[in-house]
Amino acid sequence: MTASLNRRPPELAALVPQSSKRDLNQADICLEVQNLDLYYGDKQALRGVNLRIARHQVTAFIGPSGCGKSTLLRCFNRMNDLVDGVRVDGRILMNGSDINARGVDVAALRRRVGMVFQKPNPLPKSIYENVAYGLRLQGINSRRLLDEVVERSLRGAALWDEVKDRLNDSALGLSGGQQQRLVIARAIAIEPEVLLLDEPASALDPISTLKIEELIYELKGNYTILIVTHNMQQAARVSDYTAFMYLGEMVEYDDTNTLFTNPAKQQTEDYVTGRYG
Amino acid sequence: MQTTPTTNDEAPLRFKTWVASGDPWIWITGSGVTISLIAVVGLLLLMAIRGMGHFWPSDVMRTSYQDANGTTTVIVGELVESEEVTAARVRDSGYQPADGKTFLRRDLIKIGNRDAFSQDFRWLLVDRMGPVSYPKELLVLERREWGNAYGALVAVKENGQLVASGNSAWAELQRRVERTHSLFTEIHGIEKSEIGAINYAIERLRLKERGLERTGQLTAVAALEIKEDRAKYQADYSDVQKRLGVLYAEIRRDSITLRISDGSEREISLAKVVRVYRPNDMGVVAKIRFYCEKLWEFVSDEPRESNTEGGIFPAIFGTVLMVVVMSILVMPLGVMAAVYLREYAKQGLLTRLVRIAVNNLAGVPSVVYGVFGLGFFVYFMGGRIDQLFFSEALPAPTFGTPGLLWSSVVLALLTLPVVIVSTEEGLTRIPRSIREGSLALGATQAETLWRVVLPMAAPGIMTGLILSVARAAGEVAPLMMVGVVKLAPSLPLDSNFPFLHLDRKFMHMGFHIYDVGFQSPNVEAARPLVYATALLLVVVVIVLNIAAIHMRNRLRERYRGAE
Repeated sequence: MTASLNRRPPELAALVPQSSKRDLNQADICLEVQNLDLYYGDKQALRGVNLRIARHQVTAFIGPSGCGKSTLLRCFNRMNDLVDGVRVDGRILMNGSDINARGVDVAALRRRVGMVFQKPNPLPKSIYENVAYGLRLQGINSRRLLDEVVERSLRGAALWDEVKDRLNDSALGLSGGQQQRLVIARAIAIEPEVLLLDEPASALDPISTLKIEELIYELKGNYTILIVTHNMQQAARVSDYTAFMYLGEMVEYDDTNTLFTNPAKQQTEDYVTGRYG
Repeated sequence: MQTTPTTNDEAPLRFKTWVASGDPWIWITGSGVTISLIAVVGLLLLMAIRGMGHFWPSDVMRTSYQDANGTTTVIVGELVESEEVTAARVRDSGYQPADGKTFLRRDLIKIGNRDAFSQDFRWLLVDRMGPVSYPKELLVLERREWGNAYGALVAVKENGQLVASGNSAWAELQRRVERTHSLFTEIHGIEKSEIGAINYAIERLRLKERGLERTGQLTAVAALEIKEDRAKYQADYSDVQKRLGVLYAEIRRDSITLRISDGSEREISLAKVVRVYRPNDMGVVAKIRFYCEKLWEFVSDEPRESNTEGGIFPAIFGTVLMVVVMSILVMPLGVMAAVYLREYAKQGLLTRLVRIAVNNLAGVPSVVYGVFGLGFFVYFMGGRIDQLFFSEALPAPTFGTPGLLWSSVVLALLTLPVVIVSTEEGLTRIPRSIREGSLALGATQAETLWRVVLPMAAPGIMTGLILSVARAAGEVAPLMMVGVVKLAPSLPLDSNFPFLHLDRKFMHMGFHIYDVGFQSPNVEAARPLVYATALLLVVVVIVLNIAAIHMRNRLRERYRGAE
């Protein structure tokens, strides 16, 4: 297991002093992917992916379009179940138990693994109701409790000051960046363990992007964050670990510093230096 | 064309450029819109002019007329319309037209007094008419039977004794008509509500007795109880009868003597008179007031004289109630079907076939639905319901006969495809990302459906409702088989428990148009009402639609940013 995960060649590992880099072997593992294959009908989208995700760290997925990073991300909350003709082989363990096992409550899994999508997708309700939605689903309707959680979540998503006077306005009236932070607030309102961010800033302007990145940095203390991004600077800025994927395969996975400064594979180096992709 | 060609070479080129510029296309599409607009406006105008003009109190003319056989008669009546006819047609009807004329003008005069002349409309050749005058004293009586009466007032009588004659008679008559009118309203109210309620109670009692009898539970105690109840109702009934007897005696008290155009004098009881007026003596303001009164009567009163006079309130009420019941039936059914097709069913050949079938259902002639409804719903389902729940009333059917419920069910079936298709469209328009957003928060598919998808699809659902209401309100053919009648004795909604009587037959504006227009014994009198009813039907449909469109727009506004 460890051998397959630690794709770093031994000689490279020897060059980098242990103290300066994060070691997955010593990390607290939250999610573990074992030999994951995924097919859309006849087309194979993921090929034998193995991965271990450290708890309360940010893990970034990079790679060219169509390489399967979003597909992989959507495996963690079983969003791919919604697509017709999807078949998954291999296992994904969350805290040691298989999330694809028979009898797993998908809705319960999604409450533990929150997700933020590429395009902000607030529900056509008020700002307040958007944040309260997940709680109401769980049957929590106490006004006092909802008020408390809504404020805490909006503060957590750095949106409170901007919207506190218009909580009952439609969420659709917010700007793109605000909407995306609202969606994050909505996700953290139900206190998941893991947050999946699928290119959360790709539809936003630079200032909003910066705010989201700061937010990711702050959220890291409480959540295990997985982020898909096209923006390599962003991956380098926000993540602790980075996985480079190409054509459905996990080419290289390492701590972010190493992957960007001293990649083990030529392919990775070509990609991070912008020579292709 | 924009230009005229200057030389022969240039012409084809210019034409080509003109075609290529797209201008002809704009003209063609624009003319399509124009023709549609003209058609709609023209239709509405025709209905408005022909229908609404009917309620205006036109002047009553007096003239003399020379018949085909040379005798001269006095004619009193209202000019209804005027047209040109060929000399040949005039010759066919026995007249010898003046030489050299190929066309002659003839007028249609409403002469009324059907009891005296056996017809109340006459075509008269203008050439043969004497001088026309409009004497102020000419009276129009709208009666409950025999149509209008025209003539001069001679005397007002009370119990056969002369009360007033000559100049004072008119004022006296107006006072007495007022009194008779309020008496009539009272009698009508008692007959409708009190006697209606007693009859209804007695009928229920009878059914209760029969029901107990059939199940063998009619004990001596129960029989006695029923007997007592019945006696009580009978006592109530004779009580009401006594009161009515007094009122009837009162209403029959007054009468008038009217001299009609042939010079004879006729005695007319005021009990039979709805309204008297002297149109030649009315100013514009009085006429406008009269017009509004008549219009109000048309929309709020019951029909008289086999639907050729009075109002069409029961038909308006029946139409609206049927559309409402239909909406209540079709909405859940259509929405459920669409949700299953779009949200749950695996998309494939089968769902495609189902969709094609649903779309084709919309093309089935509505009369086929009527026949199906009569066979399946009325006779089969209705018959079963009667056997199970209303067996005490048999052999008289309760639901095993055409009625409001079955009409609504048949129209619900008829409009189901519309609701399914529009709801599906509404569901398809909801972005996948919104559904995913809800699911990612731990909502199940059902929760997402209820909390997010259906509210967002509401505008689409409302569109379906609007289309189905428009279609259902105008539908006549199937209703003739499953519940509509020419004249319903009582409204399907009244104060007797259970208030809404879905088993009753009802009146409908579309059928009313057909009935008055083509089944009426008095075509000339009925024709304006056909136009007026048609216009009112359009108005009812527009009002129903505007209500639905208003609701849809408010919903759209709420979800606009999400799509």
